[in-house]
Amino acid sequence: MSIRKHRTASPPLEPVAGNGLLDRRALLRGGAMVAGAMTTGAALTGAAAEPLQNDPWSLEMGAVVPAYQVPSRFEKDVVRTRSNPNNEIRTSHARTPHQLLQGTVTPNGLFFSICHSGLPDIDPAQHKLVIHGLVKQPLVYTVESLSRYPMVTRMHFLECSGNSAPMFSSAPLQVTAQALHGLVSNAEWTGVLLSTLLEETGIDPKATWLLAEGADSPALHRSVPIKKALDDAMIALYQNGERIQPGNGYPMRLLLPGYQGNMNVKYVRRIKLLDQPAMSFFESKTYSQILPNGKMWLFHFTQEVKSFITHPSFGHAMKGPGFYEISGVAYSGNGRISRVMVSADGGKSWAQAALAEPVLPKAFTRFRMPWRWEGQPVILQSRAWDEAGNAQPTRAEFIAARGQTDKPVATPLAFPNQHYNSITSWGIDSKGEIKHVYA
Amino acid sequence: MSTRKLFLALGLACGLGGGTAVAETPGLGQPIAEGDIAAWNIDVLPDGTGLPSGSGTVKQGAAIYAQKCALCHGENGVNPAPGFLPLVGPSKFDRIDTMKTVPYYKYATTLFDVIRRAMPYPMPKTLTNEELYALSAYILSLNKIIGENEVMDAKSLPQVKMPNRDNFVIWDPDKIGYDPLHMQGPAMR
Repeated sequence: MSIRKHRTASPPLEPVAGNGLLDRRALLRGGAMVAGAMTTGAALTGAAAEPLQNDPWSLEMGAVVPAYQVPSRFEKDVVRTRSNPNNEIRTSHARTPHQLLQGTVTPNGLFFSICHSGLPDIDPAQHKLVIHGLVKQPLVYTVESLSRYPMVTRMHFLECSGNSAPMFSSAPLQVTAQALHGLVSNAEWTGVLLSTLLEETGIDPKATWLLAEGADSPALHRSVPIKKALDDAMIALYQNGERIQPGNGYPMRLLLPGYQGNMNVKYVRRIKLLDQPAMSFFESKTYSQILPNGKMWLFHFTQEVKSFITHPSFGHAMKGPGFYEISGVAYSGNGRISRVMVSADGGKSWAQAALAEPVLPKAFTRFRMPWRWEGQPVILQSRAWDEAGNAQPTRAEFIAARGQTDKPVATPLAFPNQHYNSITSWGIDSKGEIKHVYA
Repeated sequence: MSTRKLFLALGLACGLGGGTAVAETPGLGQPIAEGDIAAWNIDVLPDGTGLPSGSGTVKQGAAIYAQKCALCHGENGVNPAPGFLPLVGPSKFDRIDTMKTVPYYKYATTLFDVIRRAMPYPMPKTLTNEELYALSAYILSLNKIIGENEVMDAKSLPQVKMPNRDNFVIWDPDKIGYDPLHMQGPAMR
């Protein structure tokens, strides 16, 4: 067995961009290089650890193992924030706590949810999906019958197009990544491709759209181009390996990878092929955006490229100068993320972040950037590009095209407009306090 | 698009149906007649397709509204209960966050459709066709989109010209594969 040369002799890392951003390859080569750098960079805490003792849990048998496990009681604050906890007769939003999560998979219990009329209590043995309209043969499917079809498993983000809408405010709201960006989550979906079912019903050549409608009490419906239905649309039955959560469409939902969340109709029970868009309530009103030039957009389906830093972010406390890893998520409805750049000086200089593999199309990609903070004021930003060549816009670029409110928005629960995707900036002062800023 | 999917799309577009260039599928869908879908087949399209028989007046609608709608949406469609939407609002959309109410819709059929499927919120799908036409007439009248003496039915409702109708543009036709020749319905042309 040969003895390999230890790497602690590496020279200290020089920053690759302003305010202490380090080379992303420091992460890829393993921790030794960073550790080596830190001994000559900002000081480690230095104080010796206390002598180790056995804690009570090391000296007694633990609790009963539950049939369905939930996180430790010490994780009780890692929960969704809800807009309607008393189930008043209106829409309920539950937002994902991105600043408390890592990796790319959103746990099912923390997956964002918007329900327009509470959670329907659907018996999967009674649920039916009918496909009709401009087809050769209308057909009815059940959960049981669909379970015998060839399935696909794909990782995809799902984002409400109202996600990040508080950033239309003329002044930055002092709220967490959860409040700003909590209406996007990412899961592994398993189900039957819609094209497989449409092959069975046949498609009348006149069909150019379909409407998808839910079994919930408002019978929410949206129009979808047939082209998308034949591309990658799925009738999803499973979310992260288990049946879809009630708040996410149990027992089945339409999944349209990369398209705005509302179109991914939950509890889907009817698909009707049409020769025109249905102009449903949601596509006519909520998801049609007013532009600064007085025009309104119809059919803004794609969730454009976006990224935001989750660590560190508003609500976190910096523990003094030293090494930190900046990380966050990036995604695009156009395909894979090709690059994420990070800045610690408000966009004056940028360094390329490491992307955690695998980088999948229309899915969260976790980016990471080693950072040595000397305690000076900084502004952290991330900016993503996708494989189609789209760049996440700066806030200045974005509001020049899309506008902002005349007066600051009072609550992060408001939706002044839709499809906001510009850069998020976290300002950190010399005391380590983190604020949401516009830069 | 993969070659296989292209074949599938072409095969379907040419009306050849399944089985041309793709693998066998399980075929577990149960055939159903269009008539047997009627209870679910409630959508109304911009050109009026799907509108039922019946009719309603503004005056009839006012009485139904007072009884079944005003509690949440407010008397005369303004000053709704907290958390609920007004039904009367601006018809000029000159700020990006202008409140969007009924005058925002491109087509009057959207109003009929959403009442039919989703209202009253706690007991949806309970209104009769006459009530739906009457409520549509009343709410359009509250917004001064139609006169107080007009009658709404399957013929008149799709012909209502909404004030914001001509202000919409398709977001990014190339990106969503929007084909105006084939994807616009009769009412949008």
